[in-house]
Amino acid sequence: MGQVSVAPIEIERTESAEETYAVPEPDVPWVTLVHNDPVNLMSYVTYVFQAYFGYSKDKAHKLMLDVHHKGRAVVSSGTREEMERDVQAMHGYGLWATLSQDRF
Amino acid sequence: MGGTFEPLKGGGAAIALDEIEISILRSLAVQLLELIGPGEPEPAADADPLAVLFASDGPTEPPSDPALARLFPDAYGGPGAGDEGVDPEELAARSSEFRRFTENDLRTRKREDALAVVHSLSGLGPVGEGVAVLELTGELPLRWLGALNDLRLTIAARLDITEDDESAALFRLPDEDPRKPMVMAYLWLGGLQETLIETL
Repeated sequence: MGQVSVAPIEIERTESAEETYAVPEPDVPWVTLVHNDPVNLMSYVTYVFQAYFGYSKDKAHKLMLDVHHKGRAVVSSGTREEMERDVQAMHGYGLWATLSQDRF
Repeated sequence: MGGTFEPLKGGGAAIALDEIEISILRSLAVQLLELIGPGEPEPAADADPLAVLFASDGPTEPPSDPALARLFPDAYGGPGAGDEGVDPEELAARSSEFRRFTENDLRTRKREDALAVVHSLSGLGPVGEGVAVLELTGELPLRWLGALNDLRLTIAARLDITEDDESAALFRLPDEDPRKPMVMAYLWLGGLQETLIETL
């Protein structure tokens, strides 16, 4: 997901003492993860990705296959507030979703 | 149980259901309503607005019932969530806070979906030759889609379907197994949901 990072690339070029602390970077994006489960139909998961995120059928289908085969997939990224909205929406559809700060 | 959803001209979906199917669907939807529980009572007109605001806070702990825990999962943490470096207590606190502000709305939505199923079944006309045709238009196809999915999640939790392989074994149960009727209902609901999606 490096291509969607909005973190400025200039910072932390030189080694500094602060690097040893794992302080969350406020500008590291958050992601919504959808996890695989044996219940939700493949067609339903694809439908949800199209209906809620407005993704094309191809993109929605590919994300669904990622969830199915890899166990989870990043389906959106943005601010923490935006990802909480997306996770709430996924729970509304009955998909198992969580949000976390992007470390992928 | 061979009925499937067909698209309606001009939008929507229709399905032919016999009396037994109607009765099973209604019973399952009512059980789902009982599981989700009643909504918050409407506050009195002269209630303190601030008190109403706090009273509307949802729960902070995950439900102990496995089916409810699946319908209302934690928003932070869990296996493979990419949070391995974060303090588990911090993740639990975030999930708790998220739940407090979202679970009541989520319960309302799921309750309304299940209620829509009950109402549309109650509205079916006299059954001719044992079969009635249910037509879903407007917002009803999506409400049914949500309720069918919630029902399947709930039944799967009751049957302890946690792996694709386990469910495959469940589907080959001998007829005398007490779980057999629930497994049949689970498969039937899956067929209904699948054909309903095709009409959207």
